[in-house]
Amino acid sequence: MTATTHRHGLPNRQVVVVGNGMVGHRFVELAAAIPGVAITVLGEEPRAAYDRVHLSDYFAGASASDLALPAAPSTATVRAGERVTAIDRESKAVRTDRGRRIGYDTLVLATGSYPFVPPIDGRDLPHCHVYRTIEDLDAIAASGAGAEVGVVVGGGLLGLEAANALTNMALATHVVEFAPGLMGTQLDDGGGTMLRGMIEDLGVAVHTGKNTLRIVPGEAARHRMEFADGDSLETDLVVFSAGIRPRDELARDCGLATGERGGIAVDESCRTSDPDIFAIGECALYDGRIFGLVAPGYEMAKVAASVLAGNGDATFHGADMSTKLKLLGVDVGSIGDAHCRTRGASAYTYIDQRTRVYKRIVVNRTGKKLLGAVLVGDTADYGMLLQTMLNELALPKHPDTLILPQRDGGGMPAGAVCALPDSAQICSCHDVSKGAIVAAVADGASTLGAVRGCTKASTGCGGCAPLVTQLLNAELEARGIEINTDLCEHFPHTRQELYHLVRVESIQSFDALIAAHGRGRGCDICKPAVTSILAACWNDHVLTRPHAPLQDTNDHFLANMQKNGTYSIVPRVPGGEITPDKLIALGEVAKKYDLYTKVTGGQRIDLFGAQVHELPLIWRELIDAGFETGHAYGKAVRTVKSCVGSTWCRYGVLDSVGMAIAIENRYKGLRAPHKLKFAVSGCTRECAEAQSKDVGVIATEIGWNLYVCGNGGMRPRHADLFATGLDDAALIALIDRFLMFYIRTADRLQRTSVWMENLEGGLDYLKSVIVEDSLGLVADLEAEMAHVVGTYECEWKATVEDPEKLKRFRTFVNSDEGDDSLVFVRERGQRRPALASEAA
Amino acid sequence: MPAMYSAAWTTVCDLDALLPDVGVRALVGDTQVAVFRLSGPDGVFAIDAFDPFSGAPVLSRGIVGDVKGQLVVASPIYKQHFNLHTGQCLEDEAVAIRTFPVRVVDGHVQVRQPSCVYPMTSPSSA
Repeated sequence: MTATTHRHGLPNRQVVVVGNGMVGHRFVELAAAIPGVAITVLGEEPRAAYDRVHLSDYFAGASASDLALPAAPSTATVRAGERVTAIDRESKAVRTDRGRRIGYDTLVLATGSYPFVPPIDGRDLPHCHVYRTIEDLDAIAASGAGAEVGVVVGGGLLGLEAANALTNMALATHVVEFAPGLMGTQLDDGGGTMLRGMIEDLGVAVHTGKNTLRIVPGEAARHRMEFADGDSLETDLVVFSAGIRPRDELARDCGLATGERGGIAVDESCRTSDPDIFAIGECALYDGRIFGLVAPGYEMAKVAASVLAGNGDATFHGADMSTKLKLLGVDVGSIGDAHCRTRGASAYTYIDQRTRVYKRIVVNRTGKKLLGAVLVGDTADYGMLLQTMLNELALPKHPDTLILPQRDGGGMPAGAVCALPDSAQICSCHDVSKGAIVAAVADGASTLGAVRGCTKASTGCGGCAPLVTQLLNAELEARGIEINTDLCEHFPHTRQELYHLVRVESIQSFDALIAAHGRGRGCDICKPAVTSILAACWNDHVLTRPHAPLQDTNDHFLANMQKNGTYSIVPRVPGGEITPDKLIALGEVAKKYDLYTKVTGGQRIDLFGAQVHELPLIWRELIDAGFETGHAYGKAVRTVKSCVGSTWCRYGVLDSVGMAIAIENRYKGLRAPHKLKFAVSGCTRECAEAQSKDVGVIATEIGWNLYVCGNGGMRPRHADLFATGLDDAALIALIDRFLMFYIRTADRLQRTSVWMENLEGGLDYLKSVIVEDSLGLVADLEAEMAHVVGTYECEWKATVEDPEKLKRFRTFVNSDEGDDSLVFVRERGQRRPALASEAA
Repeated sequence: MPAMYSAAWTTVCDLDALLPDVGVRALVGDTQVAVFRLSGPDGVFAIDAFDPFSGAPVLSRGIVGDVKGQLVVASPIYKQHFNLHTGQCLEDEAVAIRTFPVRVVDGHVQVRQPSCVYPMTSPSSA
């Protein structure tokens, strides 16, 4: 019996993992979370798991520790540099080269692969290497000393990676390939030819169709390679990178089923022929195939860990082997059936020899479905094409428009929404799929209102309205119908155009704007949008009389309407820092007015269930206790979440709380096209989750790193790194400009992420405008922000001090009482709205 | 038999108390009514305060405007539009809310009680 036991007294299940590469490591990370499992990892490499995919970075200046993966969970025992020599299935134990015998309940083989070296005489000579481990790279680097010429044998993906490494060592680099073209697995002949031209332009000599016979001592260089056609090549070092083979020798020796050409056979649970033994990653053979990419390996790790955890539903069914990468600086992408091998398939090809772009798509017999693609020199369409293939999206009438340059608006409409499958759920409230919306458009719905009318999409929480609009526009464009980007039927302008009109013409009111540039009375779309523009431009107090009828009820009553018509109140708690006295004050107010109390995700406290007439009473008490409005009701800056930072945390490098409070106080109340969330983390452990925010700030040893355009919510998006190593002033200046540029140019209800994705040029363009001042806007943006910051006032303070503004806070115009028809029930010590069934 | 139709009007407020295009909620008998005074010459409207989609008495707190030539208020909860003249929902032709007669007398806004519009009978007594 094993010595360790689970703390509940159950014996631990002993899991032994053979191989400490990326896939094995991923498995350990996942499996460590399973209760009652004790993990031992045995890896023959002398170091802990590292990022082999970015191995070439080692030659570009990265150190071994840069490549290191996060340490394995502390509950796992990792024995690096200890090789498993045999598996004894009968007694369920492995033996190692250190004479250890380790018993297992479950064994996981993640042994990976080894580089294939062709049977060439002289391949064992000094300065002949393979390209797989950090030790290999160290050996190559050592051979590089005093060398002038290097040869890579193998013109595939890994071979070109190795060639890149040799050029980084400043060697005259040759690539020798047996096949007639480069990257024959991923590219067709045309793509391979284009790639070859581009690589040769970079100074790498490419020799294809070369069969190396032997390596002999050289005259000018260390070695001479002799080829079957009589040619020869002198070189100081040789790197073999001619493919990989699965490491299946342990499995073979203990009688597990293996493939004819190698690989440990597994089923869809990643189990081998012995149910107690799993195999994952490049050593595993599923359905006759080896999956030599990290993503399918990770998928297998996930499946094996799920099965181990008792989830029998998790299965692996193969993986798409499409890849996109940069080789020697050349963008290369390969999708699906790149070689047009499917029966009945045909291809479209676009070649631009001037700027060196090669694009090819392979379509099925009917021309309706995409089967594969090759991209060399320009992989911008990779994501869209891949999604089109994976989701079997219908192709446009003329599929060649997918790869032809779009000069006059032709081709497939841009935008991520096009890549979503028809089955993708767009509106989660009413379960409306993309297909249903597309069908509605096909049936003649040409406005958001019409789509809402026939599909109910975005009539629930409304969070999907921007996505529905994007989809609608894309569909209309695909059908050749002119897109109406008007804000609504009252204004033949976009929000951005209206923003400029307001600014340029100094327009101060909705009535003036609609008289000059619109028609009709306005509606619930344009009135709040224009109010937001006016507020962002002039920062008038939002309750001033001409604004009153223009606003959503939340802005009107400065609180958040809930489903039963009552409101919730969220006082500002800058940075999430709150004194005990203030906390007590919140509690006392909530108790007095019987408000349901909940801590929000933004580190504040939400008080629910207030009627209109109660709002000023509650706020008077909150203001007396030192609170300000939290603007939770507005399309405005909400919260700046923070971790506790260097003040208390042993890992913190900067004062994240102080910075969060400074940021929150600077931008509080700022009106924007969409709500804005911020966060500040005090170190790269990122406890404040800043990378899920519109503006995220992370402290590093050299200053603040700024991330922008992330969001949580329905379609989470990681923020993009925007600038690094900033001091406080530089950080604030960049945020000023970023926010003001967003407010100036975004559409109504457009989040920062969607806004940036729709900017031509995306993140780079944004950097050019905001960091490099390419439009000469920076001074204006900063001045506008300074104006807004300088005119801030707490809307609730202004309201409770003004009898005129207080007049509207009545539940009934003809009674001082509240609405006693509201029905609540008590649950877990607080009240909540009654369900319809409870109310009856 | 009592008169089923009497001219019982309830004064809810002064016209001056109504901001143009900003609704208020009023109690007319036991019924919660949303009252709007539109800017311009269109006058005063009274409709049911209850939004049939959310079941909450919120329509006085919607934004008023015009959509396709119809005067409407938008529910602040799920954004459906209701015609202020007829109560018809623009997004769902099967749904309409009640509208109530409203008038301005000597500067007072008056709404006629809904009990005067419908016979005071219940299915059991019919």
